[in-house]
Amino acid sequence: MYNKGTIIPGLIIFVLLVTFPLWFNAFSTASDVPKVELPPGGEKQCVAPAAEMRASHMVMLNEWRDEVLRDGKRTAVTVGGKEYRKGLQMACMECHTNKEKFCDSCHLYTSVKPYCWDCHLTPGQAKKETH
Amino acid sequence: MIEKALRGNSNYWMWLAFLGAFIAVGGICYIRQYLFGMGLTGMGRDLSWGLYISQFTFLVGVAAGGLMLVLPYYIHNYKAFGRITILGEFLAIASLVMCLMFIMADIGQPIRGLNMILHPTPNSMLFWDMVVLLGYLTLNVICGWVILTAERKQVKPPKWVYIFVYISIPFAVSIHTVTAMLYCGLPGRHFWLSAITAPRFLASAFAAGPALIVIACLIMKRIAHFDAGKEAINKITTIIMYAAIINAFFVCLEFFVGWYSNIPGHKHSLEYLFFGLEHHGQVYNNLVPFMWSSVLLCFGGLGVFAYMKITKTGSDLMIGLGCAMIFIALWLDKGLGFVMGGLVVNPLDEIVEYYPTANEIAVSLGIWATGIFLVTVLYKIAVKVEHEVEG
Amino acid sequence: MDKQRRKFLKIAGVTALAGIGAPAVVKLTASPVLASSTGKTDAHGVQAEHGSGHGAESAPQGVRLGLLIDMRKLYGHPELLDKATAACNKVHNIPAIDSKKSEIKWIWKTPFANAFTDQTAYHSSKVTKENDFLVLCNHCDEPPCVRVCPTKATYIEKNTGIVSMDYHRCIGCRFCMMGCPYGARSFNWFDPRPYIKELNPDFPTRMRGVVEKCNFCGERLALGQEPACVEAVKEAGAIVFGDLNDPNSEIRQILDKEHTIQRQAALGTKPSVFYIV
Repeated sequence: MYNKGTIIPGLIIFVLLVTFPLWFNAFSTASDVPKVELPPGGEKQCVAPAAEMRASHMVMLNEWRDEVLRDGKRTAVTVGGKEYRKGLQMACMECHTNKEKFCDSCHLYTSVKPYCWDCHLTPGQAKKETH
Repeated sequence: MIEKALRGNSNYWMWLAFLGAFIAVGGICYIRQYLFGMGLTGMGRDLSWGLYISQFTFLVGVAAGGLMLVLPYYIHNYKAFGRITILGEFLAIASLVMCLMFIMADIGQPIRGLNMILHPTPNSMLFWDMVVLLGYLTLNVICGWVILTAERKQVKPPKWVYIFVYISIPFAVSIHTVTAMLYCGLPGRHFWLSAITAPRFLASAFAAGPALIVIACLIMKRIAHFDAGKEAINKITTIIMYAAIINAFFVCLEFFVGWYSNIPGHKHSLEYLFFGLEHHGQVYNNLVPFMWSSVLLCFGGLGVFAYMKITKTGSDLMIGLGCAMIFIALWLDKGLGFVMGGLVVNPLDEIVEYYPTANEIAVSLGIWATGIFLVTVLYKIAVKVEHEVEG
Repeated sequence: MDKQRRKFLKIAGVTALAGIGAPAVVKLTASPVLASSTGKTDAHGVQAEHGSGHGAESAPQGVRLGLLIDMRKLYGHPELLDKATAACNKVHNIPAIDSKKSEIKWIWKTPFANAFTDQTAYHSSKVTKENDFLVLCNHCDEPPCVRVCPTKATYIEKNTGIVSMDYHRCIGCRFCMMGCPYGARSFNWFDPRPYIKELNPDFPTRMRGVVEKCNFCGERLALGQEPACVEAVKEAGAIVFGDLNDPNSEIRQILDKEHTIQRQAALGTKPSVFYIV
């Protein structure tokens, strides 16, 4: 093999760089799975089972959005006798009042940046600026 | 074939670096706009389309202009255009890339651009504009590349490519027609609400596009030993003359309709563009010098051409001068006056003048530089292939 | 080798094209989209209501919400106009941007000559000259903004006839602002949040890069409330809101009795906002 001296170290550097995310995660704490924070108000029941919500809450939010905005179907969702209006601010955040712990911790972990909060108000914002 | 663009003399690289500088500045300015919002432009609530869209409109015309080379060569078998039809196709590619970049620069949520495909809306002319622009771009990439490859191998182009060539002819007309339809179907925008908008766009396109190609040919003759041929250049200048005259005629018709009908809405935009619009004691006329320059340059260019045709003389310099004058005239007319003129009076009869910001101008220059960069590289490839074939 | 590569590239190219094109084809042929275009007739039955010539008036069906502004009750009370605007601004988190270039307006006041550009202001009466008029989105039955929107981000809400906006979908091309002959639409040229004085926790704000406009208070109607502007000038009873297709509604009773005008009716947009001047 020609230029053994440069090719082999080069290959090693390349492999190290490519696998950087793997070993970085292995040695850092950034990969700790976030702890689930239950609603501080003590509600036990959500609009759908926890597993389903975890997997496809974004689909449901999109469906709600289209139903409310486009089809005028604003009928409330009833969970355990309590009524919620369809919507992020009006249903989800009523119980899950801590956006930082409820939304951000997982979204940060999975590196998802939803644009919900560009328009919708977090419970904190809503309270702070309207008292 | 791309490797042909990677070899050139120092002037070639200097030129690309020069354009690169503009592209870099434009890129930085675009990032600023992306991070802050469209508020960095001179556009506002009443004048919500500006430089970006007007450049887009003009460049669609430049792209469609290549038709004036493709049509005579492929339909009428006009052999003199054999060497330069490829230039028309490559110019169309670069112009369309610029068009798409201007659109992306103009929308407030560029990340959602694909919503146009995800939620296709056939009743929107913007949807159809996207369809024909992408279609024409694809057709030109296919035709240009296949035909150039065949030329390089010194074989006839495959038969199937002619189907695409023939399809590209109505497509060229459609891109500018649909672009005109963005404007001319809007109620309450008097200046644009004119059935002659589309024909006028086409006429100015068939002058501006070929004018740019002639200028490119003359430059390449000097620096790249590429001669398009006297007959071809002569014929194109004739086409440019007629197209420019037809465009001027159409503009005059707009004047007639406005002034003879005496409907204020039909006159306002033309008054603003050419004479200054008076409103509540204030005169709005920031585009008047540009529009009269456009008129003078147009007739000046036509005069130069007429002189050459009558005396049967003409140097490259004169031809280049005539083409440059007409090109600039049409840019002022369509790339500046058409959009701003149509928007100066808002739906509530308030007058708002438009001044683009430095950031906006830098982004526009950056996109223009990208297009010229692309044209340079593509023309380099085309010329090299011609040289290689001629040995 | 070379041939294989070419073949691969060809297949890859075709697959990519199909991948890009497929959603478009699926969407175009799927029934919901078609349903929305046919659904237009059931909610907006009133055709050629003000056209005097051809075009028979088809039977009104469904709900078509409209607004009637009785300017007679507002003359000499500019504070009432401001009250209506302020109520709307507050309810909808509309930023107070102090620049004509970037401002955002849903409902605002303007002189007669600007509101009714197709009416003469020559030798107009003292009342007309000295008073401002409320203008807002006309929630047209034939809205040009909906016609031109390339993503259906603005559309007619079938059950109410409201011309709505889906801010999640808007790409910010501002074509609707070009199409609207009433200047009723505003664009967010930058992040509006710093300019909102007081946040209404029940309604979202908007983000930069989208177009916004009056929504006839769709969110309040769902709760059984009246639009904010109607409520704000309730004591004067100057604005009446209701179903234009319901012959028994209050708005229809007044429309049947009084002479009303509309903005730019000649453009064929069929506005749902009426004025008594």
